Amino acid sequence: MKKRVIQILIALLLFMISLLIPFEKVWINNILYILSYMIVGLKIVWKALRNISRGKVFDENFLMTIATIGAFAIGEFPEAVAVMLFYQVGELFQDYAVDKSRKSIVSLMDIRPDFANVKRENEILKVSPDEVKIGETILVKPGEKIPLDGKIIEGNSMLDMSSLTGESLPKEVNPGDEVLSGCMNQNGLLTIKVAKEFGESTISKILDLVENASSKKSKSENFISKFAKFYTPIVVLIAVLLAIVPPFFLGWATFITWLYRALTFLVVSCPCALVISIPLGFFGGIGGASKIGILVKGSNYLEALANTEIVVFDKTGTLTEGTFEVQTIKAVGISKNELLKLVAHAESYSNHPISLSLRKAYNQEINPNFISKTEELSGLGILAKVEGKDILIGNEKLMEKKQISYTRSNEIGTILYVAIEGKYAGYIVIADKIKPDAKQTIQNLKINDIKQTIMLTGDRKIIGESVAKELGIDKVYTELLPSGKAEKLEEIKKKKSEKGKIAFVGDGINDAPVLALSDIGIAMGGLGSDSAIEAADIVIMTDEPSKIVNSIKIAKKTIRIVKQNIFFAIFIKIAVLCLSAFGLSTMWEAVFADVGVSVIAILNSLRALNVENKKSI
Amino acid sequence: MKNTFKIKGLDCANCATQLENAIQKIEGIKNTSISFMTERLVFECNEEKNEKIINQVKKVIKREEPYVKIEKI
Repeated sequence: MKKRVIQILIALLLFMISLLIPFEKVWINNILYILSYMIVGLKIVWKALRNISRGKVFDENFLMTIATIGAFAIGEFPEAVAVMLFYQVGELFQDYAVDKSRKSIVSLMDIRPDFANVKRENEILKVSPDEVKIGETILVKPGEKIPLDGKIIEGNSMLDMSSLTGESLPKEVNPGDEVLSGCMNQNGLLTIKVAKEFGESTISKILDLVENASSKKSKSENFISKFAKFYTPIVVLIAVLLAIVPPFFLGWATFITWLYRALTFLVVSCPCALVISIPLGFFGGIGGASKIGILVKGSNYLEALANTEIVVFDKTGTLTEGTFEVQTIKAVGISKNELLKLVAHAESYSNHPISLSLRKAYNQEINPNFISKTEELSGLGILAKVEGKDILIGNEKLMEKKQISYTRSNEIGTILYVAIEGKYAGYIVIADKIKPDAKQTIQNLKINDIKQTIMLTGDRKIIGESVAKELGIDKVYTELLPSGKAEKLEEIKKKKSEKGKIAFVGDGINDAPVLALSDIGIAMGGLGSDSAIEAADIVIMTDEPSKIVNSIKIAKKTIRIVKQNIFFAIFIKIAVLCLSAFGLSTMWEAVFADVGVSVIAILNSLRALNVENKKSI
Repeated sequence: MKNTFKIKGLDCANCATQLENAIQKIEGIKNTSISFMTERLVFECNEEKNEKIINQVKKVIKREEPYVKIEKI
């Protein structure tokens, strides 16, 4: 880059001298111009010649070469040099902008840990993370990145996971917790037992995904390649016609005048602005998304996401937490706390999610001495003796079988009826909790032009429908087996419009076939789950469904920027092309128009990198 | 076997696509991808022929874009 700047400066100096000092002998001026041209332009001319020899005739280099050599031929020396000089200045600026955006994106991804402090034979060695093997012990000091996935053996600390999830709130970790590579250790010294080799660890997978993201190209990008293929030959043909037809066939003005116009036309026609700004825009969008914990595997998915019409959700783990929680406690003739205490004790023998949720709601030590007897009544519930009282916990059938008069509840979820000493004492409802941002997400999807939201679930009809109703989801299909979900998706696919796309959002655990079937597979909670990262097209690192709205917004913004660039560049080009064809613009203005459009388009593309990260969008 | 190279000196995304297509034509090569933005060349090939194919890739690059350099990562 430095070499090029010096070249341009020397050429500019020679050019200015020649332009400002009219030597007595004109050939001195001309030699200065030619020298200046050779310094900046020789490489371009050589590239053009080399490409022609290989049958690749029409490219930028070719356009610039014939325009400038033509200008020399008709004696417009200053113009010829100026065009080449400004073209090079434009290229330099373009490279600078690309380089800068590359750097800013790379710094976003600057989460690659450089070293690991590994403990070997009572010595602590600083080694490269890929030299550490599974089972070895590593130390992570405050302010260092965790280099490999593993389990904490010793130490407590707060972890900054923002580079992985975009989540700014640090997470507390204690011995026994599993930690992921790429997190920043904030304040405590951690001793970690390595669970995965570097190549398999979270950070490597994420980096690999992001770095190779732009390999899948979008239609707009392919459009530009095709466009360039036809564009340049057409432009050259028009230029030739422009130089020949009016002077020779129509008898308008001289050949030189029209040749000058044709050459100006060629200068303007350079397609660089389009060719560079489109991939840059997509890359910015992907980079911006990864900043807030959304990994997009290719610009084609970003494009598809912007055209999403239907969003299909899996229920458990996607819209709901996937964990059970006590929702209601209805106590009859006893206090709520007392009821919960008795039930929690009675169920304490089991590790079933329901028992765990009861214990969690009780949130006090279970005293095993209180429990003198527990007996499981298969398909009905349990019978237990707590604090000397006979307690029955179970479903409606149990109440009926034991002939206990109870009040039937219509609440949604698993309902545990309780009887103490043969007398009805109330019920407890346990249900999967809806994620806090789920409802807002569905509303925001509607605002962002999503026509339909659909939920697929393997859960019971009554539960599925009530969740859908609460969230405001348009359609729900319940009691589906995994294969049934795929069939339903096929069905939904047939009903959508031709251009619209279907996005499926799942947790990536058992919905891989559905993820693959949909136009865009989005996996949630991808952090630490290899299968999700592999199966999906877009991975949301956190558990928040609201990130889907963020993704769609980013996709739309990116596409908008890309379209702006396409239309803006083509419009200005056509306008200046027309002006130059009728002799209303000089070659000087043409080269400024060309470089100017590129610069503006590049700057516009860089906007795609800025992403708002609001929780409740 | 997957090969990843850093690829430097490409002029534009269009050149990257053209080079990608040229490399893809080499026999025994699969899933070639050149990202202009990340300056990365990725391709897959049979492990036994790896050495030979890498040389062919270098040859194609030299023919198509003599200013472009690649570097194994």
